[in-house]
Amino acid sequence: MVNTALARRSSPVNLRLIFGVILGLLVLSFTLGTGAPAAHAASDVCVADSATGCFNGTIKGVGAGVKITIDGNGENVVVETDKSGKWNAAVTTAGTYTITLDEKTLPSGVTLKGDAVQTRDITLGFTKGAIFAVNGGDSGSADGGSTPTDTASQGFNWDRLAQQVVSGLRLGLLLALASIGLSLIYGTTGLSSFSHAEQVTLGGLLGYTFANVLGLNIFLTIFIVMVITGATGYVQDAVIWRPLRKKGLSLTQMIIVTIGLALALQYTFQMIWGAKTIRIMKNNPETFTIGPVTLTYESVWAMGLAVIVLILVGLFLLKTRTGRATRAVSDNPALAAASGIDVDRIIRLVWVIATALAGLSGVCLGLVLNGINWQTGMQLLLLMFAAVTLGGLGTAFGALVGSLIIGMTVELANFVVPGDFKYATALVLLIIILLVRPQGIFGRKERIG
Amino acid sequence: MDMWLKVIYDMSANMILPTTAAFAIAAIGLNVHFGFTGLLNMGQAGFMLIGAYGFAVSTIMGFPFWAATLVTIGAGVLFALLLGIPTLKLRGDYLAIVTIAAAEIVRMVGRASVLNSVTGGSNGLPGETYRNTFSALSPFPDGQTTILWFTFDNTGVNGWFIRIVAWSLVVIFAILVWLLMRSPWGRVIKGIREDEDAVRSLGKNVFAFKMQSLIIGGVLGAIGGMFYVLPTSVQPDALGRNMTFLIWTAMLLGGAATIWGPVLGSILFFALRIFIQGTVDIIVPDAILNTQQTEQFSWIMVGVALMLLVIFRPQGILGDKKELNFNV
Amino acid sequence: MSNATQKTATEARAELKSVPHTPGAPKPDAILVVDNIVRDFGGNRAVDVDHVEVQRGVITALIGPNGAGKTTFFNLITGFDQPSSAKKVFGGPSADKAAKWSFNGKLLGNTSAASVAKSGMVRTFQLTKALSRLTVMQNMLLGAKDQRGESFLAAFVKPLWAAQEKANIEKAEDLLKRFKLYEKKDDLAGSLSGGQKKLLEMARALMSDPVMIMLDEPMAGVNPALTQSLLGHIQSLRDEGTTVLFVEHDMHMVRHISDWVVVMAEGRVVAEGPADTVMSDQAVIDAYLGAHHDTDLGDDSLLEEGAMDAPKKEKK
Ligand SMILES: Nc1ncnc2c1ncn2[C@@H]1O[C@H](COP(=O)(O)OP(=O)(O)OP(=O)(O)O)[C@@H](O)[C@H]1O
Ligand SMILES: [Mg+2]
Repeated sequence: MVNTALARRSSPVNLRLIFGVILGLLVLSFTLGTGAPAAHAASDVCVADSATGCFNGTIKGVGAGVKITIDGNGENVVVETDKSGKWNAAVTTAGTYTITLDEKTLPSGVTLKGDAVQTRDITLGFTKGAIFAVNGGDSGSADGGSTPTDTASQGFNWDRLAQQVVSGLRLGLLLALASIGLSLIYGTTGLSSFSHAEQVTLGGLLGYTFANVLGLNIFLTIFIVMVITGATGYVQDAVIWRPLRKKGLSLTQMIIVTIGLALALQYTFQMIWGAKTIRIMKNNPETFTIGPVTLTYESVWAMGLAVIVLILVGLFLLKTRTGRATRAVSDNPALAAASGIDVDRIIRLVWVIATALAGLSGVCLGLVLNGINWQTGMQLLLLMFAAVTLGGLGTAFGALVGSLIIGMTVELANFVVPGDFKYATALVLLIIILLVRPQGIFGRKERIG
Repeated sequence: MDMWLKVIYDMSANMILPTTAAFAIAAIGLNVHFGFTGLLNMGQAGFMLIGAYGFAVSTIMGFPFWAATLVTIGAGVLFALLLGIPTLKLRGDYLAIVTIAAAEIVRMVGRASVLNSVTGGSNGLPGETYRNTFSALSPFPDGQTTILWFTFDNTGVNGWFIRIVAWSLVVIFAILVWLLMRSPWGRVIKGIREDEDAVRSLGKNVFAFKMQSLIIGGVLGAIGGMFYVLPTSVQPDALGRNMTFLIWTAMLLGGAATIWGPVLGSILFFALRIFIQGTVDIIVPDAILNTQQTEQFSWIMVGVALMLLVIFRPQGILGDKKELNFNV
Repeated sequence: MSNATQKTATEARAELKSVPHTPGAPKPDAILVVDNIVRDFGGNRAVDVDHVEVQRGVITALIGPNGAGKTTFFNLITGFDQPSSAKKVFGGPSADKAAKWSFNGKLLGNTSAASVAKSGMVRTFQLTKALSRLTVMQNMLLGAKDQRGESFLAAFVKPLWAAQEKANIEKAEDLLKRFKLYEKKDDLAGSLSGGQKKLLEMARALMSDPVMIMLDEPMAGVNPALTQSLLGHIQSLRDEGTTVLFVEHDMHMVRHISDWVVVMAEGRVVAEGPADTVMSDQAVIDAYLGAHHDTDLGDDSLLEEGAMDAPKKEKK
């Protein structure tokens, strides 16, 4: 395969360095993590196993940020509900706990129906529910198109179709920012990078830090985030991927490495930013309406920005020397190397571009969706892969077209299936693509023999 | 001192847990996929969850034990077919993408509130509701038995009966895999791992062999899932993608493509995790790292361990460096 | 067509005498017949063969400049690739223009690579595909046909397949001795040298007693002394009734052992005939050296200058 040719040109590189950097990152994340607030919430944190018991519940219609304290047996866990009012908490000792809802944190107009304090027994390896009923809950969401769960049941009408089409276009554009990078990396190195999704998450979370926590202007934020995420791409290639290519790791091994990296990154994010879902800028963004379509201002300029950046990337690939070299490497690395192109330099550049674009995609998603959290990227990964596959693995323009189609299809599928099953829709799509045209729209088959 | 003793006791107790055995069975299955056939199954926990639901739901519906076991196996076979048919003719990456996603979907569908009456939604199904058909098979009298420093019920939730059955199954499955892999069938499977086009050019139906492998490993996953929930409860979130990564790490630790590697890896892995968690709990004060952060930290370590294993010791503990180096 | 087994190799070769030296000439006893096979890669037409036949029981060489489409042609007829001109449910070429090829009287159009091999047409690859982490012996045993132990349930019960396995091992040892690999039989195939891998691949293909063996540059990277003995081996294969089709760039070798030569250029069959005649064919010279060269390709001085290996056909 193509990249083995690349990988074989071995030069001894200090792999211990990778070790060092990873450990360094861990320590860093560790110190950062301890400074972060201890309140966490997300529907996926708690996994009941032989050493853990879980409490959970859903408070209908209160949204994110309601505090719940679990106390007893020497443990005290504070959690917050996520955007859908879900919360859950892990304990590591079996026994009786008191679960207290902090009424001060309920949104205005919402009152508790029953007791704010409840007691529950738990055995390790089990999950126990605790129900807090409320009056007046309302899951008011500013963005019409991005609350599919709420809209799915409404059935078909033309206004909704228009709204969903615009939402689909928006999702498609933001997806394209992320998947073009995935496709470029695949094209030039043959690697399906499962940790690419975490680059998107990183962008979103950094965006939150700069825009919300540090209060920077959003455009400045985007610029800084792209610089930082781009730098992570540079460092990653320098410390991990290039040495591994030189070491001659097989693609299979590399894929597992990206999966391990994805897992480590997800929990590093959770340590630093917590498990809550956050929305960049405002929690109640202003909207405007054109005909049947309601959008936030952020949505509009995020889409505009995506279009501009995508055009720039296209121009870069088509018009510049380096861009053409990049496509040559995608086409045939061995030949490109033979014709004097510095393949390693191109791959380094591709990593930088890919991660910077993913970072941008993350910020935009954080701006226009209901928010992002430590596993947003993971949830988008399948959409990204479906888009890249549909377009044809390794072709950047295929990734763009694929993303638009996938974004549109997923949003339109809301007419038929509930929003919870978005992911399933994407998988069904991917399976159909694989069955019908595995090489994608623009792809071609690999050479045999 | 007491605390350390407790850590050591916990470690040894964890090594012989029935859930550790269940985990080992799933790891043996994954080893058939990845170690021997080279299939990138990134959703082994999905097979486990499907198997667990298959057993629990059918038992609750009134199926006798053996029928419910057949349902478990059938569920594993169906899931394998569903995932294998579109992907096994294509590059390995696609199987990875599709399995990782399908496992997530099983979990999400399982916990969806629409299915509350069947799967118990996100609360899952408590063990009492489906455990009895299995416990009823126990030949042991009531009461407790102590072996070494372990005292357990003979038949209870986490008792000797399920431990003996689960660990016997581990041994039986390992031997069956050994029988398979020394046969011409195993030779074709290993050939496919190396280069499937070459095997195809020798007149072997590669797709059919890969499918058989996916089914066998998947069924082992499903049975693993069944034994994972017998002493606990069906928790969709306990069998999510993190479980898949744990199995991968354990398998690679012990040694992929070896017969006993996944078993050794599973045992060591559980012991190590308890050791690390215990040590951190004792040494690091809560102010620096609370329970939840310890948990997150241990997941980060799993991810890092997975990377380091694949890079520096892909052959694991039991593997032979020369033979099990992935580089071809 | 079916009395092939009784016919000797000499007779098969004699039959070729009456075959006209034109591209696509019909053969008296064709084992492989190919029609309308086209393969496009984007805008690049790699293979475009209207009609070609391969005589049973002889050694046919397929030659042509780099990029002529020889490997692609192999891939197409062995089921590793599908022609662009294949019959389609919707659209596609009309029935008489659709790709169609038959082997041993059996249509192969929609057959998988595995069943093509099972039907007796076994190939090797230009870029070797040794199974690196299996031993040389295991590689060989994989080549054997119809193994009982390859069915899932029988695999568990050794007595069911032990005897067959033993016979296969003996056969493999014989072949390995002939290919000078016997000493290596317990080494991992990945540890063999490039040339040894070529030999192993050829030996492995022979484990299945193929009706026709298709070798893609079998001698590339094999040392001259061994080449000599392998040539002898290929000839004795033919004498035992196996049809051989091979791709080769070494004109000495082509001239030495082939009974018939098919020349491809830019995806088409441009000439056919016995080695001596074909090399002086103007179309062939044009194909290799560009037009207006008036040289006999069999001319040794040309070979020594390396001209045969050097010219690379321009392709975008
Ligand atoms: N998978 C592929 N994708 C795109 N182009 C291809 C592919 N496979 C082959 N080609 C093109 O088809 C043409 C024929 O290639 P092929 O490998 O068949 O040549 P060949 O005659 O075997 O050459 P050589 O003697 O160098 O081995 C070449 O131009 C090649 O670039
Ligand atoms: Mg070739």
